[in-house]
Amino acid sequence: MTLILLLSLVACHSLEVDHQAPTPEAVTTIQNKGSDTMVNLALAWAEAYGERHPEVRIAVTGGGTGTGIAALINGTVDMANASRAIKEEERAQAQANGIEPVEHVVAGDAIAIVVHPSNPVQRLTIPQLSDIFSGKITNWREVGGEDRPIVLLSRESNSGTHVFFLEEVVRRGDPKDKTLFSPDTLLMPSSEGISAEVRQNPNAIGYDGLGYVTPDQKVVSVAPTEGEPYVFPTLETVRDGSYPIARPLFIYTIGAPQGAVREYLSWILGPEGQAIVQELGFVPLH
Amino acid sequence: MNALKPRQREFFVEALIRVAGFSAILFVVLIFIFLVKEGAPAFWETSLTNLFGQRWYPNEGLFGTTPLILGSLLVTGGAVVIALPLGLATAVFIRELAPNWLREILKPLIEVLAGIPSVVLGFLGMVAVAPLVRQTLNVPTGLTAFTGSLMLAYMSLPTIISVAEDAIDAVPSTYRDGALALGATHWQTIWRVILPAARSGVIIAVMLGIGRAIGETMAVMMVTGNAARIPREWNALFLPVRTMTATIAAEMGEVAQGSTHYHVLFAVGILLFLVTFLINAVASAVIIKGGARRGGRLMG
Repeated sequence: MTLILLLSLVACHSLEVDHQAPTPEAVTTIQNKGSDTMVNLALAWAEAYGERHPEVRIAVTGGGTGTGIAALINGTVDMANASRAIKEEERAQAQANGIEPVEHVVAGDAIAIVVHPSNPVQRLTIPQLSDIFSGKITNWREVGGEDRPIVLLSRESNSGTHVFFLEEVVRRGDPKDKTLFSPDTLLMPSSEGISAEVRQNPNAIGYDGLGYVTPDQKVVSVAPTEGEPYVFPTLETVRDGSYPIARPLFIYTIGAPQGAVREYLSWILGPEGQAIVQELGFVPLH
Repeated sequence: MNALKPRQREFFVEALIRVAGFSAILFVVLIFIFLVKEGAPAFWETSLTNLFGQRWYPNEGLFGTTPLILGSLLVTGGAVVIALPLGLATAVFIRELAPNWLREILKPLIEVLAGIPSVVLGFLGMVAVAPLVRQTLNVPTGLTAFTGSLMLAYMSLPTIISVAEDAIDAVPSTYRDGALALGATHWQTIWRVILPAARSGVIIAVMLGIGRAIGETMAVMMVTGNAARIPREWNALFLPVRTMTATIAAEMGEVAQGSTHYHVLFAVGILLFLVTFLINAVASAVIIKGGARRGGRLMG
């Protein structure tokens, strides 16, 4: 049973986009691996690009930012997708292997805080969110809402969004802070799990990538601390840096990109690639 | 020469069947070896106090499996308590009370029930049952151990019904006739004679139902909320839990191979394997004991 489960999980994670090419020897394959936050985006890019350039085949795999960067360090992929910047030790490891990782910012990502549409709470500060998600605040009354228990919803602990939220919100960006999510936090296996619960449960509060928020959830404005302006997440507020829970998304290449990788990357950064970024709910660069 | 040929054929067929029979044992042993090989390092890579601690948060190296074990037990226990009376009553109804035509409809329908993919049930549970549970029981969220138990009860019902039904069917009709001839009512016959006579088959039905429930993953992952909390309150059944199976399924896909987290997930797998193995062993022991005493067929 476990074995079958594993195999199916592995199968789910190696989604490959390939297109019928004119002749096998003329096809260049680009290996692209990394962040699960970015896997749908990377697949959409690969698909759109493959339609225009049948001579290039782009194999996209998820697995997480760490997995992608590890593959880049070992030289098994051409491009690693990352929802965080490369760590110093990862860079040192790569250099020990004779690989110089080069960083490219390809899109922006923001985390929206969502509640049930009937919830009267309009805005929250990061310290309030930290207290809510670490279990110090357990009733909506304490943050200006109705007298209801708070039900915490989170993505599974291995998702990039979970880690980003833990570091930037629960720990307020302080690397020495060791606060954890409350053990009562419901860990949902999918974005759909979060939206299904937020839609129907007036007690719920959840977070997810801005691109995954459906119109039937209510998005809350966020301020970095009490006294600072509350900002509603939109493309503009994320791009100008005023929305506090946002981050850049990266692609790392081995050295300065060459040949097919360079062309693909400049297409991603161009108008067509960035239009796809917006389509998938991420924040385009321009 | 000619006389040897059928015998040779016999030999090959026998050998083939023997290989097929032993392969089942071989696979179980291989799987167990694989599990131990991947899971055993967990026991020296992290301390036992951590491994059986109260907090499961692998990102920070906290591998307390206590909430997962208790979560699995709670959900499975709840499922059995719900499914046993329902399944038994259905089996009695189908065997003893239903007219022939109704029995012919009910039996295939129960088979269909067994064929519903668990992910479909899970989705149904998430969008339909969970909101209902939250509203009717007035609990903070509908994603609770109880919701998981409901889904699991539904999934183990076909197993419980068909095994219990076979057990009731195997009760010699002389028992039934004798009881009725002594003036017992229909209900007295069922309750005092047939069910006690089918007792061991009913126990097997429960055991197999538990086995089915504890290993179920998808539906449970979708409806129990997956919060790794220790169920210590009296109303813990109506609060979220995280089961062993859901943990393996949710985390195995992205864990770095060879890391402590990876080994711990396999250790949880070993635990699960042992529990199912134990349940099956107890069920087999009951079959053997029951079969020997009555000398009758109690399981189809």
